[in-house]
Amino acid sequence: MTVLTGKANAKTNNLSASTGSETENKKIVYNTKDLNLWYGEDHALKNINLPIHENEVTAIIGPSGCGKSTYIKTLNRMVEMIPIVRISGEILYRERNIFDKNFQVEDLRTRVGMVFQKPNPFPKSIYENVAYGPKIHGIRDKKILDEIVEKSLKGAAIWNEVKDRLNENAYGLSGGQQQRLCIARALAIEPDVILMDEPTSALDPISTLKVEELVQELKKDFSIIIVTHNMQQAARISDKTAFFLSGEVIEFAETDKIFSTPSDKRTEDYITGRFG
Amino acid sequence: MQKSTRQDQHSRPAVSDLIAQKKKNRTVGSTLEKLVPGILFGIAAVSIITTVGILLTLITETVLFFQEVNFFSFFTGTELKPLGQNAVFGVLPLLTGTLISTAIAMLVAIPIGLMTAIYLSEYASEKARRILKPILEILAGIPTIVYGFFAFTFVTPLLRSFIPGLEPTNILSPGLVMGIMIIPMVASLSEDAMSAVPNSMREGALALGSTKLEVTWKVVVPAAISGIIASFVLGISRAIGETMIVTIASGSSKNFTFDITQSMQTMTAYIVEVSGGEAAAGTTLYHSLYAVAMTLFVFTLVMNFIAQYISRRFREEY
Repeated sequence: MTVLTGKANAKTNNLSASTGSETENKKIVYNTKDLNLWYGEDHALKNINLPIHENEVTAIIGPSGCGKSTYIKTLNRMVEMIPIVRISGEILYRERNIFDKNFQVEDLRTRVGMVFQKPNPFPKSIYENVAYGPKIHGIRDKKILDEIVEKSLKGAAIWNEVKDRLNENAYGLSGGQQQRLCIARALAIEPDVILMDEPTSALDPISTLKVEELVQELKKDFSIIIVTHNMQQAARISDKTAFFLSGEVIEFAETDKIFSTPSDKRTEDYITGRFG
Repeated sequence: MQKSTRQDQHSRPAVSDLIAQKKKNRTVGSTLEKLVPGILFGIAAVSIITTVGILLTLITETVLFFQEVNFFSFFTGTELKPLGQNAVFGVLPLLTGTLISTAIAMLVAIPIGLMTAIYLSEYASEKARRILKPILEILAGIPTIVYGFFAFTFVTPLLRSFIPGLEPTNILSPGLVMGIMIIPMVASLSEDAMSAVPNSMREGALALGSTKLEVTWKVVVPAAISGIIASFVLGISRAIGETMIVTIASGSSKNFTFDITQSMQTMTAYIVEVSGGEAAAGTTLYHSLYAVAMTLFVFTLVMNFIAQYISRRFREEY
């Protein structure tokens, strides 16, 4: 098998064994059990079982239409905005079923932030973008808001670029800056998990690199689930990788293992570029 | 490659030959091509020339009026008695009539129109929208004379049953009906503005744990505010210029009052009354038509400028 990335070489294979034992002690943040999802008649997710651990970066890879975006949008129930969606099975977030009637979807989304494919800041000032989340959750004190805005922008590694123009419209920023602003916006309500749906697909290589470095930083405080169509990106930044194909999880393991010794032939074919 | 296609389809000449043939006949076409911009300019100029013509007439006749009536006393005069020997021309009764009816109309049209727009854009199912939007458009298509009749024969008697002091002709009833007439305009333009807000913004707000109401009021409405305010201003313009409803249902008493249960006359209704009567050309009465029309014109012009300014000033770029 051809080795695709620098990271997935023999040396790091030893490391993966140690990360493997480490994860055993980590708590499960999201546990998906027998999840099935249909768009009308189209069976988009099939019997998904996926335990996701905290303070890790979990990458979801797979060819277009494999259900990876659908899956991540199911984790914060954004997928239900499409009226024809039907779901069976359960997803436990911190041991609570997110489809439970007593679990308000707003509460779930307050704990689980999301960053989208295309940067989508609000047409407001940079400050207001970040302050939006805390404000709707009832934080009104200007001093506290100022602190949150600064901390979040620093957390998203964009503070130095915008600190002198906090009152300017967010749409004056470059695409990469907008995406980091959206990350800051998600950080402002101090979530537990951050979902990222191909966050760099609309960005140039330098902005992509910045976001990737940021993900590495954020991992210390948050659990991150990232959908990407870029396999090198998954290899560079994730601890575990799930390979989706036609709505099924083909393989889920340590990233190093997936990229060096995949156990399924289809995974190998995909990561070596034979299809997808 | 070329050769093979020719052989494949030898039943007709090659496309390149056909194009070359067509090119020979280009002369007639190119003359037309050169004339078209001129012709189109002429057609476009019709509306401009008309506007300039109307404006010139208005100005010249207004100037004549102010040679007969003092400019200052016209705009500060609270008395309007255009007929008889001692005619007095003060425009304030007409101005208050216009502004009060407009205010009543907008008190109806702005909240109901905006709520309708929010419902249609954010809450209504595809099916509800398909039914409701055409109904709104029908409402917008009703001739104003019908609204006027409706105000006079239905709304006024209805209002009189619980407002005892209401006069048979009053400004309240046509004001309310004008508001109903303007609802579709406000609703439809505001709905367009809100529907134009990209869904990604709603998703961004929802993903932060916003409720639907918070998304609507704190993200969608602010993002669409320039279009929404423009719809309000256009609605005000429409109310100021509205004629038939107030002529029929508000009577023609030229009271200077703020009592909405009384009959008042608007600028437009005055123009209808005087031009329908026997105002001989060249008289002060006749010229007063133009002065009032000019005032009306300036009013609506200013409103349109405000609308334009607002939609530029408050546009939230996205």
